[in-house]
Amino acid sequence: MGILEVKNVGKRFGGLQALSDVNLSVKENTVHAIIGPNGAGKSTLLNCFVGKLIPDTGSVSFNGQSVLGLKPHEINQMGISRVFQTPEIFSDLSVLENVMIPCFAKRDGAFRLHPFETVSHETDLIEQAEQMLIDVNMIENRHMHAASLSRGDKRRLEMAMCLAQEPKLLLLDEPTAGMARADTNNTIDLLKEIKDKRDITMAIIEHDMHVVFSLAERITVLAQGTPLVEDTPENIKGHPKVKEAYLGEAA
Amino acid sequence: MKFLGLSKKDTTFLLIVITLTLLTPIILQPFPENSTLAQFNAGYPDLMQRFAIFGIFAIGFNILFGLTGYLSFGHAAFLGVGSYSVVWMYKLLGFNVLPGLLLAIVVSALFALFIGFISLRRSGIYFSILTLAFAQMSYNLAYSVLTPLTNGETGLQVYGNDPQVLMGENAPDSPHFFGLVMNESARLDLGGWQFTFNNGYYFTAIIAIIVFYVSLRIFRSPFGLMLRAIKTNQTRLNYTGLNSRPYTLAAFVISGMYAGLAGGLMAAMDPLAGAERMQWTASGEVVLMVILGGAGTLMGPILGAGFIKYFENIFSKINDQVLQGWFGFLPDGIENFLIGVSHFFVGKSWHLTLGLLFMLVVIFLPGGLVEGGQRIAKALRKKRSGDDDDGTEAQPSAAE
Repeated sequence: MGILEVKNVGKRFGGLQALSDVNLSVKENTVHAIIGPNGAGKSTLLNCFVGKLIPDTGSVSFNGQSVLGLKPHEINQMGISRVFQTPEIFSDLSVLENVMIPCFAKRDGAFRLHPFETVSHETDLIEQAEQMLIDVNMIENRHMHAASLSRGDKRRLEMAMCLAQEPKLLLLDEPTAGMARADTNNTIDLLKEIKDKRDITMAIIEHDMHVVFSLAERITVLAQGTPLVEDTPENIKGHPKVKEAYLGEAA
Repeated sequence: MKFLGLSKKDTTFLLIVITLTLLTPIILQPFPENSTLAQFNAGYPDLMQRFAIFGIFAIGFNILFGLTGYLSFGHAAFLGVGSYSVVWMYKLLGFNVLPGLLLAIVVSALFALFIGFISLRRSGIYFSILTLAFAQMSYNLAYSVLTPLTNGETGLQVYGNDPQVLMGENAPDSPHFFGLVMNESARLDLGGWQFTFNNGYYFTAIIAIIVFYVSLRIFRSPFGLMLRAIKTNQTRLNYTGLNSRPYTLAAFVISGMYAGLAGGLMAAMDPLAGAERMQWTASGEVVLMVILGGAGTLMGPILGAGFIKYFENIFSKINDQVLQGWFGFLPDGIENFLIGVSHFFVGKSWHLTLGLLFMLVVIFLPGGLVEGGQRIAKALRKKRSGDDDDGTEAQPSAAE
């Protein structure tokens, strides 16, 4: 039984069957990659995990609990964090404030009216947020305006924000899309480091085979909305069906 | 020096605001009574009360618009509700303003909860239109349908045969706060100057200071941080496990309560309430005040409110006779020309000047008058510290 169980999921947009009969099980403490050619339904599938889309058929459950019909913030409070394709951060706030918000979310839940407390008196949370920034090597930027960070730093900040919540499952939507090779390698190292330091499950959607093969322990190949195969990276590399559907086409 | 849970910097800031507010009757009266510039004096009770009341209105509006970015075009509805509540309390209980003001806050909070709950299902322009629709509906209800409650176009006022059950034998016959009559003032003549210390002004000013302190606390609180986060990236906030809806609703209700309090204070200064207080122009005015002063800043709304109310009352009084007095020493042709040109910018046309100023501010100072002040302060600091200062200082925080 995996931490994330996807059973018979189907989703149709008008005339397009985006997903059909998707079965997937992400094991705890593994890095699971979902790959596939453009239009295979990877992003649609991810959006079904986080509450942005509700599948027409099938079920998605996290830790044995169904997530279908829940709002994004409710799913997040269950322990699923999401990294976006283009980093989503609070660009008008300082870097430290960016990381403090998830710390508040973890401590106080989805809503708490605290108009007479003071952010600067929350020394525990500030310390916690600063520790997160140390972990991603951004502590010297803590008073910077988040909008003025470089693209790579924005990605790292987003990562720190997700990790500050200590999620059980981290979903990454093409974390290296549009990055230069050096930035991509930095991101891979950062993700490896995160994985080594804590008990965390990651599900990655990725185009870049270099990223996939350096991180993933399990790979699911999606084509035309259905999983083709699921196996270890070694076996996927040589799999004839995958070559035909994906690698062959790319090569 | 640190009190009421404020940082040292904020304490100083609050003390400055308190001092300025309490000294307003003196500060706004810089010219002697008989000088030609006396018409620029703004230290008379009616106008000072308006400064404080619209200051409260704008401070509250800023909590919603400045922090969350939700632009409401319907806050005048709460203003009107506040006024009606106070006048009803006069009619039923008596001229003490306290029950009325409390009722104004409660009723406007409930009203804001209702309007906010529905309007906040949408964001951006749709939210603005929904709030505008609600306010116009309220205006029309007050103007015609709810006449028994609002006295329609005549406006609600106190009549001799109203019950006023709590009215004592010797109680004042106009709004008062436990005997402190609002429209009474102490006058001080000092040389050519005349200062008026009005009870009503000090009553509203003290309330304004209290609500300013509350807004300062909100700005520095985790709640305020969440509101700012909503403005910059609501998607991220939702995917960070926070439910933005109750946060925006709370901000909407708080700002509605501020507006209700401001409306109540209007009726506390002058025991009348009319439907025109709910009209969309009043909602638009508070938007102008906040943007002109600097949305999302603490001082901005107060500066904006003061600025607009000053213009409205002082510029509008400069008529052709006054202009003749100014330009009288010039030859006739030039005099007539100057009066003809100025005519479009003063007196009844003061809105034109306000419009031009508003455009200048929005184009050149998107952060409002507060940004203007910050730029001047920065330039002065740079000049003083010489050339070695390369200006790489930290960005001023949004709540400065």
